[in-house]
Amino acid sequence: MNSDGINDAPKMSWWNRLAHPGQFLIWTRPLVWPLVALTAALFAIGLWFAFFNSPADYQMGDTVRIMYVHVPTAWLSQFVYGTMAVSALGTLVWRHPMADVSMKAAAPLGAVFTALALFTGSMWGRPTWGTFWEWDGRMTSTLILLFLYLGLVALWRAFDDQLRAARVIAIFTLVGAVNVPIIKFSVDWWSTLHQPASVFTAEGPKMPGSLLTPLFVMFFAFTFLFITLQLVSMHTEVRRRRVMTLERKLARGDAA
Amino acid sequence: MSGFLAVLRRDLRLALSGGGEMLTLVLFFIIVGAITPFAVGPDRALLARIAPGVIWIAAFLAMLLGLDRLLRPDRDDGTLALYRRADAPLAAVLFAKVIAHWLTSALPLILAAPFLALILGMDMEAFWRTLLSLLLGTPALAAFGTFGAAITVAVRRGGLLAPILIAPLCVPVLIFGVGAIAPLGGPDQASAALLLLAALSLMATALSPFAAALAIDWGEE
Repeated sequence: MNSDGINDAPKMSWWNRLAHPGQFLIWTRPLVWPLVALTAALFAIGLWFAFFNSPADYQMGDTVRIMYVHVPTAWLSQFVYGTMAVSALGTLVWRHPMADVSMKAAAPLGAVFTALALFTGSMWGRPTWGTFWEWDGRMTSTLILLFLYLGLVALWRAFDDQLRAARVIAIFTLVGAVNVPIIKFSVDWWSTLHQPASVFTAEGPKMPGSLLTPLFVMFFAFTFLFITLQLVSMHTEVRRRRVMTLERKLARGDAA
Repeated sequence: MSGFLAVLRRDLRLALSGGGEMLTLVLFFIIVGAITPFAVGPDRALLARIAPGVIWIAAFLAMLLGLDRLLRPDRDDGTLALYRRADAPLAAVLFAKVIAHWLTSALPLILAAPFLALILGMDMEAFWRTLLSLLLGTPALAAFGTFGAAITVAVRRGGLLAPILIAPLCVPVLIFGVGAIAPLGGPDQASAALLLLAALSLMATALSPFAAALAIDWGEE
């Protein structure tokens, strides 16, 4: 069908066919624009609700609207690590190149969402708690998660050989995944020791529906934003690898 | 077993003969501790209060500093390739490396800690707790460090990378290490921290050789 001989391999299972790098590009390419449109629509609805059709909080005033960005990005900061850990399993168990690509694409996205969660959190913290930063358990463990993401990005950039990089980084990602609960536990133990009366009070379930609707929509908007960006950067990475292979062939002088 | 002991003996002999690197590390540890009063002022009460944290940070930095020399020389002269083909499993070799790393970079620091405790004005009670918490906590630092060195050994320019990667993983060690010395929540909290620290060290020492062996095997082929 095309020049790089994707369809030459006979009798692949449906899973192999879907996840083969070339096939993956072909069957996911039509998905990109609908996903972009869906994400944009969700953001339009969510932002309209967030800015114009939801009440200001009786205590926090208009600053409560920061929540509609803060909570979804904080959720994604953990969800993206989960995506990376699952991809890492795919790399280690099946040695699948698409798992490598997914792992690599997710790392900078996770770092950005975690940084956004911290940034919006401190923007929200200033008017409500009177401080940009508090060594609270949740904030501290999110900060450490950001360091983990940035370390992973640095590790990806340090390797020349991407196939070897993927396996080594998969091991580090999984070790990190085992460590994240330990870090979370230790930080909670530490911060409850430091501040007996926490600034966080249970306000979750007591949230009225007028605030919950925009939060819900924004939650999906950000999740679909991640899925779209992940897909696009996976495409970019597959093409980048193909370009590198072609360049290597050209350098050897046997490119037809 | 003999392979394990041979690696251990080799590493110890190299460290003891090789140009006094251990003394440099101890000197670094002491200088970090001794420089703190210049940064925060010579207030004795304040220094005594932050001394546990200062000693732990100095030990943490000193142990991260040596990571690049842990496996890279072995890789550059081909010893690592021999280890991979040796009869002893690679994890056993790396376990020997963890122990050698602890003996050559953590034990000298623990022996030098009394000097820092003295000049930072710690009292006797806190001093004994510091020694105990360093003794229980540094094995975890050595184990995480060996893992970090194994992850970055295939990277040519990985000098600063291992400390960056390992530092977030070491946060619990620091928290429980300092928590075991300076009990903010009373003495029962301190002994809980000591037990958690010991658990962390045991777990890290037991598991990290396997993770490091996996990383080296898959990074080198």
